[in-house]
Order: sequence, then C-alpha cells, then structure tokens
Amino acid sequence: MAHFELDARRMFCPMPVIRTQDKIKELNIGDTLEVISTDPGALNDIPAWCRINGHKVLETRDREDEVFVLIEVCDV
Amino acid sequence: MPQPRKAVALISGGLDSLLAAKVILEQGIHVEGINFFTGFCVEGHTHAIRKKDKSKTKRNNALWSAEQLGIKLHIIDIVEEYKDVLLNPKHGYGKNMNPCLDCKIFMVNKAKQWAEENGFDFIITGEVIGQRPMSQRKDTMPVISRESGADDRLLRPLCAQNLPETLPELEGWVNRDELYGFSGRNRKPQMELAAKFGFEDYAKPAGGCCFLTDENYSAKLVDLWDARGNREYEMDDIMLLKVGRHIRPTPHYKLIIGREDGENKFLQGYKNNYISFKTIDCPGPLTLLDGVATDEDLEFAARIAARFSQGRNTDSVTIEARRTNGDTTTLEVKPMPASEISPEWYV
Repeated sequence: MAHFELDARRMFCPMPVIRTQDKIKELNIGDTLEVISTDPGALNDIPAWCRINGHKVLETRDREDEVFVLIEVCDV
Repeated sequence: MPQPRKAVALISGGLDSLLAAKVILEQGIHVEGINFFTGFCVEGHTHAIRKKDKSKTKRNNALWSAEQLGIKLHIIDIVEEYKDVLLNPKHGYGKNMNPCLDCKIFMVNKAKQWAEENGFDFIITGEVIGQRPMSQRKDTMPVISRESGADDRLLRPLCAQNLPETLPELEGWVNRDELYGFSGRNRKPQMELAAKFGFEDYAKPAGGCCFLTDENYSAKLVDLWDARGNREYEMDDIMLLKVGRHIRPTPHYKLIIGREDGENKFLQGYKNNYISFKTIDCPGPLTLLDGVATDEDLEFAARIAARFSQGRNTDSVTIEARRTNGDTTTLEVKPMPASEISPEWYV
C-alpha cells in the first residue's frame, strides 16, 4: 500500500474528477490518493465520483483557496 | 441462464439522458454511464471562478444523474479530439458555433468504441425526435446511427417507438412495448416520467449544456480566431472566453477585464502568459492583454482598464503594466470616459 498525491490545481470541473479517475486506474487496492484542487466544486464532485465507483473517501478539508480529498482505492 | 446484457448510456446530466438510462435499467439491463468533456461543457466553471457564486451549491450534473441511477459513470476527456469536430464539421454549424450533429455522431462513435473495448452490447441516448433543431430530428437520427458506426446498436428509449426496431429490441434484450414514443419540444411527458420514477431536483439548463450554443460565447470564439488568423485553440483560450469583459479596441490586441474578485484572482494565474494591468492607487480589476502591444498601446489599454476601476471619475489612476517576463512599467493615466469606449469594441 502506498500513498500518492495528485495536483489538480487550476483545473475546473470536471477535470479534477477525470484526473482522479485516471490516476486511480493506475493504483492498487488499499493505496491512498490525496487530490489537491483549487475548484471548490471538487469537494462535492470527487466524493460523488468515489461513491458511484466504490472508492472510500477518508477525509475532505479545505484550507485557504485549496481543497483536499483523501481517497482509499477499493476493490471494485 | 441467459447472458446479462450491458448498455452504455450517454449521460449529459440533463433529464432526458437520466430517464433513458432509467428506462433501460428498469428492464434489467446492466447500465453504466459515459460522459464526455469537450471543454465547452457548461459545468459550473463560472460558478467556480466567480466569488459571488461560491456560496451556491455546485454539483456536476452527470455525476448527480449517475448517483440517482446507482450506476457507474466514466468521464472521458475529449478536448483534443474534439477540435476536429468543431473546426471541420461535415454537417455544418447550428445557429451559433455549435456543430451539434457532428458532435453527437462523434460522441456515439466514442461510446461505441468504449462499448466494444469493455464488452457492452449496445448504446443508449436520451435523444427525442424533434427536441433539438439540428441533431434530434427524424431525418438526422438515422444519420447519427449510420455515421457513428453504432447502427442498430444505438437505442433511444424515449422515442424508440417512433423509430425502426434496433438490435436490442429485435433480439428481445429489451421490450419495445416498455419503451416510449416521445416527440417534439414539449417537456411534459419527460416531466411526468421523472415524477413516476421519483426524480426531483434534476438539472434544467436554460441554454443547453454547451457553450457553443451561446451567441455571446460563439462571437468571442470567432473573434479570437479572426484576430489570430487561424482557428487553433488551447484549453486556456476557451476557459478565458468564459471570464471577464472582452474589449478589442484594435485588431492586434484585446483586453480581458475581471468583473469581480473571483475573476481577478483567476486571471492572475495567467500573468506569465499575457501582459497584465493592475491599479495601484485605487481598487480595480486585473486586466489581461491578449495580443501584441507597443508602449503606446499599453497606455491606451491602461486608460481602458482605469475606466473599470474605482478611480474612473478621477483625473488620474496609477496602473502597473507587467510584461510576461516580469518587467513592470508604472503608468499615470486618465481613465477613459465611457463615451470614448466604442460599443463595437465589446466582443
């Protein structure tokens, strides 16, 4: 199990979701991925994508103008 | 045990694609959604940028639809491939720069390829005969089926009873009697079906789901191409067309002027790509200059930028002009009176 980061700053919906989707395809079950975005919509969209596609959101938070979504890759 | 059949549904985030997928799910078919991002999708970019809109709840409607349906959604970035659709539409443009028929053919073809790669049997869309003037007409529906290569594997559940039987119907994978015969622009049948399925709060985009159908946006795109002398574009170009006031005082440059704090902040991200102007001695917008500019042009542009600052009624505004290499020049300019800004400059 490994931890990865995805820099999705300065991208707007749905690009942070697309980049998350594409990155998760490369990862293994149990890996974690932290997505960093400047689009506040990512706080809704990435968790929605995870719910639909069966991955687990471990944490969401925002700080100043950035949002963070921590995901655990699950067996789907 | 019969093999479970699988359909891929084009999910735009609107009501029709939501209903079409639901109709097929109700027949026991395994459905997954596919959504294409062209760069021109109306998906809350201005919400994300503009500060005054940030308090509004924002959602991606395609994801919302998939969640309502309980299906997976695959979002595909087609920004690069879509350029050829926009620049060379075999079937031409609609009222604005919208190549709707070519767009639909392209997307159905992409969905067909995806279906083949992933072992899906057919494709469904939310198309309704007569719903759209270019791509959803009785005479264009067969064109989409044929030119996309999907042929009889393309099923439109909401208007299937008005069209020839498709493979899923002929093979008995779906029951034609449980499909629909909607037609025309009347939305009442869809709204009744939504109520039957218990869907509420679905997206009702007033101007469709694509910026290319928007007259103002199309005008800005054409202006960009005309000014550059070619029709190439990048993602940043099409994003910037969604932001700010666009003013072209001469053919060789235009100004993009932030209208509020969120837009100013967004435009700041482009300071290393464009000449920029900011007011020093009073609050004002961030302004980008797209094109080439002499020192004389800089002063003229600064006067226009000053017009949109809070110093517009003063004799002089101090503006810092920044070149893309970081060099700055401080200019003391008289804000341009509104009467000197020609309405024709507004793109």
